[in-house]
Amino acid sequence: MNAPLNPKKLIKGGLHDWEVVIGMEIHAQVTSRSKLFSGASTAFGGEPNAHVSLVDAAMPGMLPVINAECVAQAVRTGLGLKAKINLRSVFDRKNYFYPDLPQGYQISQYKDPIVGEGEVLVDLPEGESITVGIERLHLEQDAGKSLHDQAPNQSFVDLNRSGVALMEIVSRPDLRSSEEAKAYVTKLRTILRYLGTCDGDMEKGNLRADVNVSVRRPGEPLGTRCEIKNVNSIRFIGQAIETEARRQIAIIEDGGTIVQETRLFDPGKGETRSMRSKEEAHDYRYFPDPDLLPLEFDQAFVDGLAAGLPELPDAKKARFVADFGLSPYDAGVLVAERASADFYEAVAKGRDGKAAANWVINELFGRLNKEGLSIDESPVSADQLGAIIDLIGEGTISGKIAKDLFEIVWTEGGDPRAVVEARGMKQVTDTGAIEAAVDQIIAQNPDKVAQAKEKPTLLGWFVGQTMKATGGKANPAAVNALLKAKLGIE
Amino acid sequence: MSVDAQTVRRIAHLARIAVSEEEVAPLQGELNAILAFVEQLGAVDVSGVEPMTSVTPMAMKKREDVVTDGERAADVVANAPETEDNYFLVPKVIE
Repeated sequence: MNAPLNPKKLIKGGLHDWEVVIGMEIHAQVTSRSKLFSGASTAFGGEPNAHVSLVDAAMPGMLPVINAECVAQAVRTGLGLKAKINLRSVFDRKNYFYPDLPQGYQISQYKDPIVGEGEVLVDLPEGESITVGIERLHLEQDAGKSLHDQAPNQSFVDLNRSGVALMEIVSRPDLRSSEEAKAYVTKLRTILRYLGTCDGDMEKGNLRADVNVSVRRPGEPLGTRCEIKNVNSIRFIGQAIETEARRQIAIIEDGGTIVQETRLFDPGKGETRSMRSKEEAHDYRYFPDPDLLPLEFDQAFVDGLAAGLPELPDAKKARFVADFGLSPYDAGVLVAERASADFYEAVAKGRDGKAAANWVINELFGRLNKEGLSIDESPVSADQLGAIIDLIGEGTISGKIAKDLFEIVWTEGGDPRAVVEARGMKQVTDTGAIEAAVDQIIAQNPDKVAQAKEKPTLLGWFVGQTMKATGGKANPAAVNALLKAKLGIE
Repeated sequence: MSVDAQTVRRIAHLARIAVSEEEVAPLQGELNAILAFVEQLGAVDVSGVEPMTSVTPMAMKKREDVVTDGERAADVVANAPETEDNYFLVPKVIE
């Protein structure tokens, strides 16, 4: 399924070429109102310890009760990853001590996760695509948050995030470059956002990655890996992989060996460094949580959720290619965000799909990016953009004028049709008026007229002059035809 | 299966239980006695027997996704030795 080894993806060391092998564990916060095992709110922010129940604070005698919606969200995500849904799964305790983990253990799933093997199709920038295997997805609790900069000798602990549901999505080591890793996370994020199971907000820490990196000479067995913890942006994921792969290559080429360990990426210094304290904590002494029965549901529950899933990006992309005649690249750009795809579909409805795609991608997205706006904040609505495209299609305005019109609608708003009327932007199709302009230009430039008979490319100059004389409103086709006839070209 | 003195020290540390040097040997003996007892259970043939997860056969209870708790920060930190603005204060823990 995966493309053969691409030499361009190898990293050049001092002595050899090296292949980097990457697997990822993504922690995605489940979209839900309340926590995984308590009725406290999951809302971001909030006063210290305000969104905390006595369950989240691990007071003695408190018992966890699972949130049914978090279970449904995990199943939906599993379906979106074309994964095996396990009708029976088990919650285990993962034991370690840290001040932001009041229970002394995290409730997680170890041997029997809710979701088993699946796959994600990832499109790469060069048009190639790879299939990344998903090993498992399990539900677990998030920990609280420690603030270390509030006092010289103390840390401040806030448990608002303690107990919020996370999905840990573990990939197979199927990624072979930082580019592939970034594309994988981007695609996974898109799928989660389509499903509505995680908002994918990396700035808030709602999606974060642990990245496993190893290097090997092509064809050799897997090397020893290091895990880079908690990388919180797609750009940093790429940088962390490049940095870590080069660190490992330098060690091996110097005759050293890689020690399996947990490391932290420091984007400021552009280095990864060892988190020695995490090493012994790897002995988590998992055992089934005696407070929780196995999580069981039937196939009908899964089927019901499957029936309610939205159209996912791969299917939408294929449909845009088939129904609107778009290139896979353009379709990919449009489906990256559900809101963009919906906007495009509203514009394309009943219109030329390609023209609509050009306007949405080139003009609208270009302008939105420039202003740092999201599609939801677009000052130009799908109806307005559709009207502009209609005006071009009808021959009422030229493509060039349409760009001016887009600018006016962007800054001032209004019905594009009314704007065209009010500002006299209509294309001149009246041949009489165009002919008058053409005649004048021919009369004023006898030398160029003579040259044009020898050199037909001069036609362009005449077209330009005519458009200028008519304020860009002359119908370009009419101008061309008239000029050709009068100059005797062809 | 049995544990050595080093393992006793390690699991005590993982559980954050202070064990003095003179306690290690007696604890090692006690732990090994428990392990030996558990090993006797290994003689029972349990092939084909489902692990029991509950005394009464029942499905796990589930909650609706509604906010029913929280907004009681003062209660949450009430027993903490030190607090500020409803934060727990702990000795500095940073890598």
